Amino acid sequence: MTQLSMTVNGQPVSHDVEDNMLLVTYLRETLALTGTHIGCDTSQCGACVIHINGASAKSCTVLAVQAEGKDITTIEGIASGDKLHPMQQAFHEQHGLQCGYCTPGMVMSAIELVETNPTLSEQDIREGLEGNICRCTGYHNIVKAVQTGAQDMRKA
Amino acid sequence: MYATQYHKALSLNDARSQLAACDDAKLLAGGMTLIPTLKQRLAQTDLLIDLADTGLGLIEDKGSHLKIGAMCRHHDVETSELVAKMIPVLSSLAGGIGDRQVRNCGTLGGSIANNDPSACYPAALMALGATIHTSERDIAAEDFFVGMFETDLDEQEIVTAVSFPKPDKAAYVKFPNPASRYAMVGVCVAVMDGDVRVAITGAGQDGVFRHGDMEAALADQFSAAAIETIAIDEEMLLSDIHAGADYRAHLVREMTRRAINAC
Repeated sequence: MTQLSMTVNGQPVSHDVEDNMLLVTYLRETLALTGTHIGCDTSQCGACVIHINGASAKSCTVLAVQAEGKDITTIEGIASGDKLHPMQQAFHEQHGLQCGYCTPGMVMSAIELVETNPTLSEQDIREGLEGNICRCTGYHNIVKAVQTGAQDMRKA
Repeated sequence: MYATQYHKALSLNDARSQLAACDDAKLLAGGMTLIPTLKQRLAQTDLLIDLADTGLGLIEDKGSHLKIGAMCRHHDVETSELVAKMIPVLSSLAGGIGDRQVRNCGTLGGSIANNDPSACYPAALMALGATIHTSERDIAAEDFFVGMFETDLDEQEIVTAVSFPKPDKAAYVKFPNPASRYAMVGVCVAVMDGDVRVAITGAGQDGVFRHGDMEAALADQFSAAAIETIAIDEEMLLSDIHAGADYRAHLVREMTRRAINAC
């Protein structure tokens, strides 16, 4: 066991955790933040994408103990009260989801994409979301949603 | 994942002493291969020694060569202005590894120490004639990559940095596996002081290799036409569910052609 402290969605948290616990397990089972999903066992699907110190990462491929002292943002941490984050709102308006399972990871990846390059081309978006798989294959509207979200994030 | 202990090393010396004190320890760099392997119980270890805080993340201009710390993430290399200015082939190679989230975590040192036969970096190290610096010594890339998932590293040895000589020109082109994004075949062509070097990853049964006949033909005449009739020995190539040896041989020639044209 290791004593672990980090900041999650702006709140300091601290627990004793097993050294082999994955970060996604810590978020979901210890902190009950189940918006971050587990979709595959091979680090390919991106349903578990979160931000670690602002950079997107697959939380199923990081140990909880590696996040000691880090600033973590999950899908639960991006809205302001009842007001959705512009990227969440864009996914809603552009119907950027079907079953919704991949959506939290898609939104978290998309936000980092826009933050690092506010003038994304469609190609940039498609390549930038390479690490996120939608098995409903709803990519067309996901790309539209990211384009809309990017515009709205610039305005916000 | 089987139970394990975790230690965040605070210096290279700390990592070395932890490694020496445990019979079955593994070094954790970016974890992009190690953690999936552990969590699927394909591997097991008593101790994970995290190198994240050991200060191995520098990128330095050394005049004739570029020295990149072992813990530099692919994203660091992809976006470094210094790398883009000195050896742009490394920026594009790093920017094509895995996906964005993998590039935010995966490291140069982790990639080469694992020596996956389909990894991109080994091709660049071989083509550019890089030197691998470890906690114990310097190793030429030619001697470092021994075979599939096998390197010349001793059990107690830690990769600290890689020095890449600056080429006259170089390009890396890969044919990614559509699902995993690993190179089915990746070819790095470099011209160094007039010498031409061709290194191929993803194709060889023993991992990365140089192709002497193509290098000789290109030294004579540096054009895609020069390699049209050069034999590519299928006997030494991988054959698996993703591609047979004959298809990989075809890809070797095609990726080499594209790399020459991109130089």
